[in-house]
Amino acid sequence: MKLIIAIIRPERLDAVQAALQAALDEGDNYRITVQTVDGHGRQTGEIEYFRGQQVRQRMVQKTQITVGVNDQYVEPAIQAILKAARTSEGEIGDGKIFVMPLDDCVRIRTGERGGKAI
Amino acid sequence: MPGEINHPAEPADSLNMLDSTITAAVAARPAIDSGSTAWMLTSSALVLLMIPGLALFYGGMVRRKNILTTMMQSFVAMAVIGVQWVTIGYSIAFGQSHGGLFGWSWDMVGLQGIGPERMYADKAIPELVFVMFQGKFAIITPALISGAVAERMKFSSYLWFILLWATFIYCPLAHWVWASDGWLFKLGVLDFAGGTVVHIAAGISALVLALMLGKRRDYPDGAILPNNLTLTLTGAGLLWFGWFGFNAGSAVAVEFPVAGATAGLAFATTQTAAATAALAWMLLEWRHTGKPTSLGLASGIVAGLVAITPAAGHVRPLAAMAIGAVASVVCYWAVRMKHRSGLDDSLDAFGVHGVGGIWGALATGLFCFIPVAGLLTGGGFTQLGKQTIGVLVTIGFTSIGTFVIAKLLDMTLGLRVTEQQERDGLDISVHGERGYHL
Repeated sequence: MKLIIAIIRPERLDAVQAALQAALDEGDNYRITVQTVDGHGRQTGEIEYFRGQQVRQRMVQKTQITVGVNDQYVEPAIQAILKAARTSEGEIGDGKIFVMPLDDCVRIRTGERGGKAI
Repeated sequence: MPGEINHPAEPADSLNMLDSTITAAVAARPAIDSGSTAWMLTSSALVLLMIPGLALFYGGMVRRKNILTTMMQSFVAMAVIGVQWVTIGYSIAFGQSHGGLFGWSWDMVGLQGIGPERMYADKAIPELVFVMFQGKFAIITPALISGAVAERMKFSSYLWFILLWATFIYCPLAHWVWASDGWLFKLGVLDFAGGTVVHIAAGISALVLALMLGKRRDYPDGAILPNNLTLTLTGAGLLWFGWFGFNAGSAVAVEFPVAGATAGLAFATTQTAAATAALAWMLLEWRHTGKPTSLGLASGIVAGLVAITPAAGHVRPLAAMAIGAVASVVCYWAVRMKHRSGLDDSLDAFGVHGVGGIWGALATGLFCFIPVAGLLTGGGFTQLGKQTIGVLVTIGFTSIGTFVIAKLLDMTLGLRVTEQQERDGLDISVHGERGYHL
Protein backbone atom coordinates (compact mmCIF):
# COMPACT_ATOMS: atom_id res chain seq x y z
CA MET A 1 0.00 0.00 0.00
CA LYS A 2 1.17 3.46 -0.80
CA LEU A 3 -0.06 6.91 0.01
CA ILE A 4 0.14 9.23 -2.97
CA ILE A 5 0.15 12.93 -2.26
CA ALA A 6 0.18 15.18 -5.29
CA ILE A 7 0.33 18.95 -5.41
CA ILE A 8 -1.18 20.20 -8.63
CA ARG A 9 -2.45 23.31 -10.33
CA PRO A 10 -5.99 24.04 -9.11
CA GLU A 11 -7.30 24.31 -12.64
CA ARG A 12 -6.09 20.75 -13.47
CA LEU A 13 -8.12 19.15 -10.70
CA ASP A 14 -11.03 18.13 -12.91
CA ALA A 15 -8.71 16.51 -15.45
CA VAL A 16 -6.76 14.70 -12.73
CA GLN A 17 -9.95 13.39 -11.14
CA ALA A 18 -11.16 12.10 -14.50
CA ALA A 19 -7.84 10.38 -15.17
CA LEU A 20 -7.74 8.82 -11.69
CA GLN A 21 -11.30 7.64 -12.08
CA ALA A 22 -10.34 5.92 -15.31
CA ALA A 23 -7.26 4.32 -13.74
CA LEU A 24 -8.52 3.34 -10.28
CA ASP A 25 -12.24 2.79 -10.38
CA GLU A 26 -13.30 -0.80 -9.67
CA GLY A 27 -16.95 -0.01 -10.14
CA ASP A 28 -17.33 1.25 -6.60
CA ASN A 29 -16.04 4.76 -7.16
CA TYR A 30 -12.48 5.50 -6.11
CA ARG A 31 -11.27 7.42 -3.06
CA ILE A 32 -9.67 10.83 -3.06
CA THR A 33 -9.19 13.69 -0.61
CA VAL A 34 -8.68 17.23 -1.92
CA GLN A 35 -7.37 20.29 -0.09
CA THR A 36 -6.46 23.80 -1.05
CA VAL A 37 -2.92 24.57 0.09
CA ASP A 38 -0.50 27.50 0.03
CA GLY A 39 3.18 27.13 -0.53
CA HIS A 40 5.94 27.57 -3.02
CA GLY A 41 8.52 25.66 -4.91
CA ARG A 42 10.48 27.28 -7.66
CA GLN A 43 7.33 29.13 -8.65
CA THR A 44 6.43 32.16 -6.51
CA GLY A 45 3.11 33.98 -6.30
CA GLU A 46 1.63 36.25 -8.91
CA ILE A 47 2.31 39.94 -8.90
CA GLU A 48 -0.65 41.82 -7.47
CA TYR A 49 -1.28 45.52 -7.54
CA PHE A 50 -2.55 47.39 -4.52
CA ARG A 51 -2.82 51.14 -4.82
CA GLY A 52 -0.26 51.08 -7.62
CA GLN A 53 2.25 49.14 -5.53
CA GLN A 54 3.47 45.83 -6.90
CA VAL A 55 3.19 43.09 -4.34
CA ARG A 56 4.49 39.62 -5.11
CA GLN A 57 2.87 37.02 -2.94
CA ARG A 58 5.42 34.48 -1.70
CA MET A 59 2.90 31.70 -1.63
CA VAL A 60 1.07 30.19 -4.53
CA GLN A 61 -2.30 28.61 -4.09
CA LYS A 62 -2.24 24.92 -5.11
CA THR A 63 -4.48 21.94 -4.83
CA GLN A 64 -3.28 18.91 -2.91
CA ILE A 65 -4.80 15.51 -3.52
CA THR A 66 -4.31 12.45 -1.35
CA VAL A 67 -5.00 8.93 -2.60
CA GLY A 68 -4.27 5.67 -0.80
CA VAL A 69 -3.77 2.75 -3.22
CA ASN A 70 -2.83 -0.92 -3.22
CA ASP A 71 0.50 -1.78 -4.83
CA GLN A 72 -0.82 -2.75 -8.27
CA TYR A 73 -2.47 0.66 -8.61
CA VAL A 74 0.54 2.78 -7.67
CA GLU A 75 2.00 3.14 -11.12
CA PRO A 76 -1.33 3.63 -12.93
CA ALA A 77 -2.22 6.36 -10.42
CA ILE A 78 1.11 8.11 -10.90
CA GLN A 79 0.76 7.94 -14.68
CA ALA A 80 -2.79 9.26 -14.53
CA ILE A 81 -1.82 12.25 -12.41
CA LEU A 82 1.26 12.92 -14.50
CA LYS A 83 -0.69 12.93 -17.72
CA ALA A 84 -3.56 15.06 -16.49
CA ALA A 85 -1.70 17.56 -14.32
CA ARG A 86 1.12 18.50 -16.66
CA THR A 87 0.59 21.55 -18.85
CA SER A 88 1.17 20.93 -22.56
CA GLU A 89 4.93 21.55 -22.62
CA GLY A 90 5.48 21.09 -18.89
CA GLU A 91 6.11 24.25 -16.91
CA ILE A 92 7.43 25.37 -13.55
CA GLY A 93 4.48 25.23 -11.20
CA ASP A 94 2.96 22.03 -12.59
CA GLY A 95 3.43 20.43 -9.19
CA LYS A 96 4.83 17.31 -7.63
CA ILE A 97 3.86 13.77 -6.69
CA PHE A 98 5.01 12.17 -3.44
CA VAL A 99 4.71 8.43 -2.96
CA MET A 100 5.17 7.00 0.51
CA PRO A 101 4.69 3.70 2.26
CA LEU A 102 1.39 3.23 4.00
CA ASP A 103 1.54 1.08 7.14
CA ASP A 104 -2.09 0.36 7.54
CA CYS A 105 -5.55 1.47 6.63
CA VAL A 106 -8.74 1.09 8.68
CA ARG A 107 -12.29 1.51 7.45
CA ILE A 108 -14.08 3.09 10.36
CA ARG A 109 -17.53 1.73 9.49
CA THR A 110 -16.52 -1.96 9.57
CA GLY A 111 -13.14 -2.05 11.24
CA GLU A 112 -11.64 -3.77 8.16
CA ARG A 113 -7.90 -3.28 7.82
CA GLY A 114 -5.17 -3.18 5.20
CA GLY A 115 -5.69 -3.54 1.45
CA LYS A 116 -9.36 -4.41 1.77
CA ALA A 117 -10.08 -1.17 3.53
CA ILE A 118 -8.47 1.01 0.95
CA MET B 1 -52.77 71.20 21.20
CA PRO B 2 -55.29 68.34 21.60
CA GLY B 3 -54.19 68.12 25.21
CA GLU B 4 -55.55 71.59 25.80
CA ILE B 5 -58.93 70.82 24.31
CA ASN B 6 -59.39 67.89 26.65
CA HIS B 7 -58.26 69.73 29.74
CA PRO B 8 -61.41 69.78 31.92
CA ALA B 9 -60.35 72.39 34.49
CA GLU B 10 -60.28 75.48 32.30
CA PRO B 11 -62.35 74.80 29.22
CA ALA B 12 -62.92 78.42 28.23
CA ASP B 13 -59.26 79.42 28.50
CA SER B 14 -58.15 76.38 26.61
CA LEU B 15 -60.51 76.98 23.79
CA ASN B 16 -59.42 80.57 23.59
CA MET B 17 -55.81 79.54 23.48
CA LEU B 18 -56.53 76.99 20.83
CA ASP B 19 -58.39 79.53 18.78
CA SER B 20 -55.60 82.08 18.97
CA THR B 21 -53.00 79.45 18.22
CA ILE B 22 -54.83 78.39 15.11
CA THR B 23 -55.32 81.95 13.96
CA ALA B 24 -51.65 82.76 14.48
CA ALA B 25 -50.55 79.60 12.75
CA VAL B 26 -52.72 80.20 9.73
CA ALA B 27 -51.53 83.76 9.42
CA ALA B 28 -47.83 83.03 9.89
CA ARG B 29 -47.54 79.64 8.24
CA PRO B 30 -45.56 79.81 5.06
CA ALA B 31 -46.64 77.39 2.42
CA ILE B 32 -44.73 74.14 2.60
CA ASP B 33 -43.35 73.17 -0.75
CA SER B 34 -43.91 69.47 -0.80
CA GLY B 35 -41.64 68.90 -3.80
CA SER B 36 -38.73 70.60 -2.09
CA THR B 37 -39.44 68.83 1.17
CA ALA B 38 -39.67 65.46 -0.54
CA TRP B 39 -36.37 65.97 -2.32
CA MET B 40 -34.63 67.08 0.87
CA LEU B 41 -35.96 64.07 2.77
CA THR B 42 -34.70 61.85 -0.03
CA SER B 43 -31.35 63.61 -0.18
CA SER B 44 -30.89 63.26 3.56
CA ALA B 45 -31.42 59.52 3.32
CA LEU B 46 -29.10 59.32 0.30
CA VAL B 47 -26.30 61.04 2.19
CA LEU B 48 -26.74 58.68 5.11
CA LEU B 49 -26.34 55.74 2.71
CA MET B 50 -22.86 57.04 1.90
CA ILE B 51 -21.70 56.03 5.36
CA PRO B 52 -22.31 52.29 4.95
CA GLY B 53 -20.84 52.88 1.48
CA LEU B 54 -17.73 54.37 3.01
CA ALA B 55 -17.57 51.53 5.53
CA LEU B 56 -17.54 49.00 2.69
CA PHE B 57 -15.11 51.08 0.62
CA TYR B 58 -12.61 51.27 3.47
CA GLY B 59 -13.46 47.89 4.99
CA GLY B 60 -12.54 45.97 1.85
CA MET B 61 -9.07 47.51 1.73
CA VAL B 62 -7.72 46.49 5.12
CA ARG B 63 -6.43 43.10 6.19
CA ARG B 64 -9.06 40.58 7.22
CA LYS B 65 -8.16 40.90 10.88
CA ASN B 66 -9.23 44.56 10.84
CA ILE B 67 -12.35 44.68 8.71
CA LEU B 68 -14.84 45.08 11.55
CA THR B 69 -12.96 47.81 13.35
CA THR B 70 -12.56 49.69 10.08
CA MET B 71 -16.22 49.41 9.17
CA MET B 72 -17.18 50.36 12.71
CA GLN B 73 -15.18 53.56 12.49
CA SER B 74 -17.63 54.69 9.83
CA PHE B 75 -20.77 53.20 11.36
CA VAL B 76 -20.08 54.51 14.85
CA ALA B 77 -20.00 58.06 13.49
CA MET B 78 -23.71 57.65 12.75
CA ALA B 79 -24.17 56.95 16.45
CA VAL B 80 -21.80 59.50 17.98
CA ILE B 81 -22.31 62.43 15.64
CA GLY B 82 -25.97 61.52 15.23
CA VAL B 83 -26.38 62.42 18.91
CA GLN B 84 -23.88 65.29 18.93
CA TRP B 85 -25.58 67.02 16.00
CA VAL B 86 -29.05 67.04 17.54
CA THR B 87 -27.69 68.02 20.94
CA ILE B 88 -25.32 70.89 20.13
CA GLY B 89 -23.85 70.46 16.66
CA TYR B 90 -26.64 72.12 14.70
CA SER B 91 -26.67 75.06 17.09
CA ILE B 92 -22.92 75.63 16.64
CA ALA B 93 -23.11 75.37 12.87
CA PHE B 94 -26.39 77.13 12.13
CA GLY B 95 -27.38 78.97 15.31
CA GLN B 96 -27.28 82.73 15.84
CA SER B 97 -23.90 83.87 14.55
CA HIS B 98 -21.30 85.24 16.92
CA GLY B 99 -19.02 87.38 14.80
CA GLY B 100 -19.29 84.97 11.91
CA LEU B 101 -17.07 82.56 13.85
CA PHE B 102 -19.54 80.15 15.37
CA GLY B 103 -23.24 79.87 15.95
CA TRP B 104 -25.16 79.33 19.15
CA SER B 105 -28.88 79.50 19.85
CA TRP B 106 -30.19 78.02 23.06
CA ASP B 107 -33.48 77.07 21.40
CA MET B 108 -31.57 74.89 18.94
CA VAL B 109 -29.91 72.89 21.70
CA GLY B 110 -31.56 69.51 21.58
CA LEU B 111 -33.66 70.99 18.77
CA GLN B 112 -36.14 71.87 21.51
CA GLY B 113 -37.18 75.16 19.93
CA ILE B 114 -37.53 73.80 16.44
CA GLY B 115 -41.11 72.68 16.14
CA PRO B 116 -42.26 70.51 13.26
CA GLU B 117 -43.95 73.48 11.60
CA ARG B 118 -40.97 75.82 11.77
CA MET B 119 -39.71 76.53 8.29
CA TYR B 120 -36.06 76.76 7.37
CA ALA B 121 -35.22 80.31 6.27
CA ASP B 122 -37.29 81.17 3.20
CA LYS B 123 -37.17 77.69 1.70
CA ALA B 124 -40.60 76.36 2.64
CA ILE B 125 -39.14 73.12 3.93
CA PRO B 126 -39.42 72.20 7.60
CA GLU B 127 -36.28 73.21 9.47
CA LEU B 128 -36.08 69.72 10.97
CA VAL B 129 -35.53 68.37 7.47
CA PHE B 130 -32.68 70.81 6.96
CA VAL B 131 -31.26 69.80 10.35
CA MET B 132 -31.26 66.15 9.30
CA PHE B 133 -29.76 66.87 5.88
CA GLN B 134 -26.88 68.84 7.39
CA GLY B 135 -26.49 66.25 10.12
CA LYS B 136 -25.56 63.58 7.60
CA PHE B 137 -22.70 65.76 6.38
CA ALA B 138 -21.51 66.16 9.94
CA ILE B 139 -21.55 62.37 10.30
CA ILE B 140 -19.67 61.44 7.17
CA THR B 141 -16.91 64.03 7.45
CA PRO B 142 -15.14 62.64 10.54
CA ALA B 143 -15.74 59.12 9.21
CA LEU B 144 -13.72 60.02 6.12
CA ILE B 145 -10.71 60.66 8.36
CA SER B 146 -10.77 57.06 9.57
CA GLY B 147 -9.15 55.96 6.32
CA ALA B 148 -5.87 57.48 7.47
CA VAL B 149 -5.78 55.77 10.85
CA ALA B 150 -6.93 52.31 9.86
CA GLU B 151 -5.59 49.20 11.57
CA ARG B 152 -3.90 50.93 14.50
CA MET B 153 -5.93 53.66 16.23
CA LYS B 154 -7.39 53.00 19.63
CA PHE B 155 -11.18 52.79 19.43
CA SER B 156 -11.85 54.85 22.55
CA SER B 157 -9.54 57.61 21.33
CA TYR B 158 -11.22 57.51 17.96
CA LEU B 159 -14.62 58.09 19.56
CA TRP B 160 -13.33 61.07 21.52
CA PHE B 161 -11.53 62.34 18.47
CA ILE B 162 -14.57 62.42 16.22
CA LEU B 163 -16.73 63.96 18.93
CA LEU B 164 -14.25 66.76 19.64
CA TRP B 165 -13.38 67.18 15.99
CA ALA B 166 -17.00 67.53 14.93
CA THR B 167 -17.69 69.99 17.73
CA PHE B 168 -14.63 72.23 17.54
CA ILE B 169 -13.62 71.94 13.90
CA TYR B 170 -16.44 70.76 11.68
CA CYS B 171 -19.30 72.76 13.18
CA PRO B 172 -17.49 76.12 13.28
CA LEU B 173 -16.11 75.56 9.78
CA ALA B 174 -19.58 74.73 8.48
CA HIS B 175 -20.71 77.98 10.09
CA TRP B 176 -17.96 79.98 8.40
CA VAL B 177 -18.74 78.61 4.96
CA TRP B 178 -22.45 77.83 4.92
CA ALA B 179 -24.25 79.98 7.51
CA SER B 180 -25.54 83.23 6.03
CA ASP B 181 -23.51 85.19 8.60
CA GLY B 182 -20.39 83.01 8.35
CA TRP B 183 -17.29 85.03 7.55
CA LEU B 184 -16.12 82.94 4.62
CA PHE B 185 -19.65 82.90 3.20
CA LYS B 186 -19.77 86.67 3.40
CA LEU B 187 -16.36 86.86 1.77
CA GLY B 188 -17.87 85.07 -1.21
CA VAL B 189 -16.09 81.71 -1.00
CA LEU B 190 -18.10 79.21 -3.04
CA ASP B 191 -18.45 75.75 -1.62
CA PHE B 192 -21.52 74.12 -3.06
CA ALA B 193 -21.61 70.88 -1.12
CA GLY B 194 -18.51 70.69 1.01
CA GLY B 195 -15.18 70.86 -0.80
CA THR B 196 -13.66 72.84 2.04
CA VAL B 197 -15.95 71.94 4.93
CA VAL B 198 -16.03 68.22 4.21
CA HIS B 199 -13.21 67.07 1.98
CA ILE B 200 -10.33 69.44 2.61
CA ALA B 201 -11.16 69.41 6.32
CA ALA B 202 -11.25 65.62 6.48
CA GLY B 203 -8.27 65.17 4.15
CA ILE B 204 -5.96 67.57 5.96
CA SER B 205 -6.97 66.22 9.35
CA ALA B 206 -6.32 62.74 8.04
CA LEU B 207 -2.82 63.76 7.02
CA VAL B 208 -2.06 65.32 10.40
CA LEU B 209 -3.47 62.37 12.30
CA ALA B 210 -1.60 59.83 10.18
CA LEU B 211 1.65 61.68 10.86
CA MET B 212 1.00 61.86 14.60
CA LEU B 213 -0.12 58.26 14.83
CA GLY B 214 2.81 56.86 12.88
CA LYS B 215 2.92 53.95 10.49
CA ARG B 216 1.38 50.56 10.90
CA ARG B 217 4.03 48.13 12.10
CA ASP B 218 3.97 46.19 8.85
CA TYR B 219 4.12 49.26 6.65
CA PRO B 220 5.65 49.62 4.13
CA ASP B 221 7.64 46.37 4.16
CA GLY B 222 5.08 43.76 5.16
CA ALA B 223 2.55 42.39 2.74
CA ILE B 224 -0.53 44.46 3.47
CA LEU B 225 -3.12 43.28 1.00
CA PRO B 226 -6.82 44.07 0.93
CA ASN B 227 -9.14 41.43 2.35
CA ASN B 228 -11.95 41.90 -0.15
CA LEU B 229 -11.94 44.43 -2.96
CA THR B 230 -15.44 43.39 -4.01
CA LEU B 231 -16.64 45.18 -0.88
CA THR B 232 -14.61 48.22 -1.88
CA LEU B 233 -16.26 48.33 -5.30
CA THR B 234 -19.71 47.90 -3.76
CA GLY B 235 -18.90 50.75 -1.40
CA ALA B 236 -17.75 52.99 -4.25
CA GLY B 237 -21.05 52.30 -6.00
CA LEU B 238 -23.05 53.24 -2.92
CA LEU B 239 -20.97 56.38 -2.48
CA TRP B 240 -21.68 57.41 -6.06
CA PHE B 241 -25.40 56.81 -5.57
CA GLY B 242 -25.54 58.65 -2.26
CA TRP B 243 -23.50 61.52 -3.63
CA PHE B 244 -26.46 62.63 -5.75
CA GLY B 245 -28.19 63.53 -2.51
CA PHE B 246 -25.02 65.12 -1.18
CA ASN B 247 -24.59 67.42 -4.18
CA ALA B 248 -28.03 67.84 -5.74
CA GLY B 249 -29.55 68.16 -2.27
CA SER B 250 -27.16 71.01 -1.53
CA ALA B 251 -29.17 73.12 -3.94
CA VAL B 252 -31.15 73.89 -0.79
CA ALA B 253 -28.68 76.67 -0.09
CA VAL B 254 -29.18 78.59 -3.30
CA GLU B 255 -32.54 78.01 -4.87
CA PHE B 256 -36.24 77.82 -4.25
CA PRO B 257 -37.94 75.49 -4.86
CA VAL B 258 -35.05 73.25 -3.91
CA ALA B 259 -35.60 70.52 -6.45
CA GLY B 260 -35.08 72.90 -9.34
CA ALA B 261 -32.60 74.03 -11.93
CA THR B 262 -29.57 74.08 -9.65
CA ALA B 263 -30.33 70.63 -8.31
CA GLY B 264 -30.53 69.39 -11.88
CA LEU B 265 -27.23 71.04 -12.74
CA ALA B 266 -25.53 69.60 -9.66
CA PHE B 267 -26.86 66.15 -10.49
CA ALA B 268 -25.50 66.35 -14.04
CA THR B 269 -22.07 67.65 -13.06
CA THR B 270 -21.77 65.04 -10.31
CA GLN B 271 -22.45 62.22 -12.73
CA THR B 272 -20.14 63.64 -15.38
CA ALA B 273 -17.20 64.28 -13.06
CA ALA B 274 -17.40 60.84 -11.46
CA ALA B 275 -17.54 59.07 -14.80
CA THR B 276 -14.67 61.05 -16.29
CA ALA B 277 -12.49 60.62 -13.24
CA ALA B 278 -13.12 56.87 -13.12
CA LEU B 279 -12.15 56.58 -16.76
CA ALA B 280 -9.09 58.81 -16.33
CA TRP B 281 -7.73 56.91 -13.31
CA MET B 282 -8.20 53.54 -14.98
CA LEU B 283 -6.51 54.60 -18.23
CA LEU B 284 -3.70 56.36 -16.40
CA GLU B 285 -2.95 53.35 -14.26
CA TRP B 286 -3.27 50.97 -17.18
CA ARG B 287 -0.69 52.93 -19.10
CA HIS B 288 1.55 53.45 -16.10
CA THR B 289 1.63 50.00 -14.50
CA GLY B 290 0.19 47.84 -17.25
CA LYS B 291 -2.94 46.80 -15.34
CA PRO B 292 -6.36 48.46 -15.14
CA THR B 293 -7.17 47.68 -11.49
CA SER B 294 -10.61 47.63 -9.92
CA LEU B 295 -9.31 49.65 -6.99
CA GLY B 296 -8.05 52.24 -9.47
CA LEU B 297 -11.50 52.51 -11.02
CA ALA B 298 -13.10 52.83 -7.58
CA SER B 299 -10.54 55.43 -6.51
CA GLY B 300 -11.22 57.42 -9.66
CA ILE B 301 -14.95 57.46 -8.91
CA VAL B 302 -14.33 58.84 -5.44
CA ALA B 303 -11.71 61.37 -6.61
CA GLY B 304 -14.13 62.72 -9.22
CA LEU B 305 -16.98 62.95 -6.74
CA VAL B 306 -14.78 64.73 -4.21
CA ALA B 307 -13.52 67.27 -6.74
CA ILE B 308 -16.94 68.15 -8.13
CA THR B 309 -18.45 68.62 -4.67
CA PRO B 310 -17.59 72.31 -4.20
CA ALA B 311 -18.33 73.08 -7.84
CA ALA B 312 -21.43 70.99 -8.49
CA GLY B 313 -24.00 73.78 -8.76
CA HIS B 314 -21.60 76.36 -10.15
CA VAL B 315 -20.11 74.80 -13.29
CA ARG B 316 -21.27 73.27 -16.57
CA PRO B 317 -21.02 69.57 -17.41
CA LEU B 318 -18.04 70.05 -19.72
CA ALA B 319 -16.19 71.82 -16.93
CA ALA B 320 -17.16 68.92 -14.67
CA MET B 321 -15.45 66.63 -17.14
CA ALA B 322 -12.23 68.64 -16.87
CA ILE B 323 -12.53 68.77 -13.09
CA GLY B 324 -12.98 65.00 -12.90
CA ALA B 325 -10.13 64.19 -15.26
CA VAL B 326 -7.64 66.46 -13.52
CA ALA B 327 -8.81 65.18 -10.12
CA SER B 328 -7.75 61.67 -11.07
CA VAL B 329 -4.37 62.85 -12.33
CA VAL B 330 -3.53 64.81 -9.18
CA CYS B 331 -4.91 62.20 -6.80
CA TYR B 332 -3.14 59.38 -8.61
CA TRP B 333 0.05 61.36 -8.34
CA ALA B 334 -0.55 62.08 -4.65
CA VAL B 335 -1.10 58.41 -3.88
CA ARG B 336 2.13 57.50 -5.71
CA MET B 337 4.03 60.16 -3.78
CA LYS B 338 2.73 58.77 -0.51
CA HIS B 339 4.43 55.45 -1.15
CA ARG B 340 7.75 57.19 -1.69
CA SER B 341 7.42 59.42 1.35
CA GLY B 342 6.65 56.57 3.72
CA LEU B 343 3.57 58.37 5.04
CA ASP B 344 1.03 55.75 6.12
CA ASP B 345 -2.23 57.40 5.10
CA SER B 346 -3.51 53.85 5.00
CA LEU B 347 -6.54 54.17 2.73
CA ASP B 348 -5.65 57.51 1.13
CA ALA B 349 -8.02 59.82 2.93
CA PHE B 350 -5.58 62.68 2.31
CA GLY B 351 -4.50 61.58 -1.15
CA VAL B 352 -8.06 61.48 -2.44
CA HIS B 353 -10.17 63.73 -0.20
CA GLY B 354 -7.51 66.28 0.71
CA VAL B 355 -5.88 66.62 -2.68
CA GLY B 356 -9.11 66.15 -4.64
CA GLY B 357 -10.89 68.63 -2.37
CA ILE B 358 -8.22 71.29 -2.84
CA TRP B 359 -8.31 70.84 -6.59
CA GLY B 360 -12.11 71.01 -6.62
CA ALA B 361 -12.25 74.16 -4.50
CA LEU B 362 -9.73 75.91 -6.73
CA ALA B 363 -11.36 74.57 -9.90
CA THR B 364 -14.62 76.16 -8.78
CA GLY B 365 -12.84 79.50 -9.12
CA LEU B 366 -11.67 78.53 -12.59
CA PHE B 367 -14.89 77.17 -14.10
CA CYS B 368 -17.83 78.70 -12.21
CA PHE B 369 -20.46 80.52 -14.25
CA ILE B 370 -23.17 81.03 -11.63
CA PRO B 371 -23.55 83.03 -9.47
CA VAL B 372 -20.29 84.65 -10.62
CA ALA B 373 -17.87 84.00 -13.46
CA GLY B 374 -14.52 82.35 -12.82
CA LEU B 375 -11.10 82.77 -14.37
CA LEU B 376 -11.80 80.62 -17.43
CA THR B 377 -15.34 81.90 -17.88
CA GLY B 378 -14.43 85.55 -18.21
CA GLY B 379 -14.60 86.59 -14.58
CA GLY B 380 -10.94 87.28 -13.91
CA PHE B 381 -9.00 86.26 -10.87
CA THR B 382 -11.41 87.51 -8.21
CA GLN B 383 -13.24 84.26 -7.51
CA LEU B 384 -10.10 82.15 -7.79
CA GLY B 385 -8.55 84.43 -5.17
CA LYS B 386 -11.49 83.92 -2.85
CA GLN B 387 -11.36 80.19 -3.38
CA THR B 388 -7.66 80.18 -2.55
CA ILE B 389 -8.36 82.01 0.68
CA GLY B 390 -11.04 79.45 1.51
CA VAL B 391 -8.61 76.60 0.88
CA LEU B 392 -5.76 78.12 2.90
CA VAL B 393 -7.99 79.03 5.83
CA THR B 394 -9.43 75.52 5.90
CA ILE B 395 -5.99 73.92 5.74
CA GLY B 396 -4.67 76.15 8.50
CA PHE B 397 -7.64 75.80 10.83
CA THR B 398 -8.13 72.06 10.45
CA SER B 399 -4.46 71.14 10.69
CA ILE B 400 -3.92 73.14 13.87
CA GLY B 401 -7.23 72.04 15.36
CA THR B 402 -6.58 68.39 14.63
CA PHE B 403 -3.09 68.63 16.05
CA VAL B 404 -4.37 70.08 19.32
CA ILE B 405 -7.15 67.52 19.73
CA ALA B 406 -4.92 64.58 18.84
CA LYS B 407 -2.16 65.83 21.14
CA LEU B 408 -4.55 66.08 24.06
CA LEU B 409 -5.83 62.57 23.41
CA ASP B 410 -2.31 61.26 23.00
CA MET B 411 -1.35 62.66 26.41
CA THR B 412 -4.43 61.25 28.13
CA LEU B 413 -5.82 58.11 26.49
CA GLY B 414 -3.07 57.42 23.99
CA LEU B 415 -3.78 57.20 20.27
CA ARG B 416 -2.55 53.73 19.38
CA VAL B 417 -3.44 50.20 20.32
CA THR B 418 -0.66 48.06 21.81
CA GLU B 419 1.80 46.28 19.58
CA GLN B 420 0.25 42.92 20.41
CA GLN B 421 -3.26 44.16 19.67
CA GLU B 422 -2.07 45.46 16.35
CA ARG B 423 -0.48 42.13 15.47
CA ASP B 424 -3.54 40.15 16.53
CA GLY B 425 -5.79 42.52 14.65
CA LEU B 426 -8.18 44.99 16.20
CA ASP B 427 -11.28 42.93 15.44
CA ILE B 428 -10.46 40.24 17.96
CA SER B 429 -8.31 42.27 20.36
CA VAL B 430 -10.51 45.35 20.65
CA HIS B 431 -13.99 44.20 19.66
CA GLY B 432 -13.83 40.49 20.52
CA GLU B 433 -15.20 39.47 17.14
CA ARG B 434 -14.00 38.31 13.77
CA GLY B 435 -15.35 39.55 10.49
CA TYR B 436 -14.95 36.24 8.75
CA HIS B 437 -15.56 32.72 9.97
CA LEU B 438 -15.25 31.33 6.48
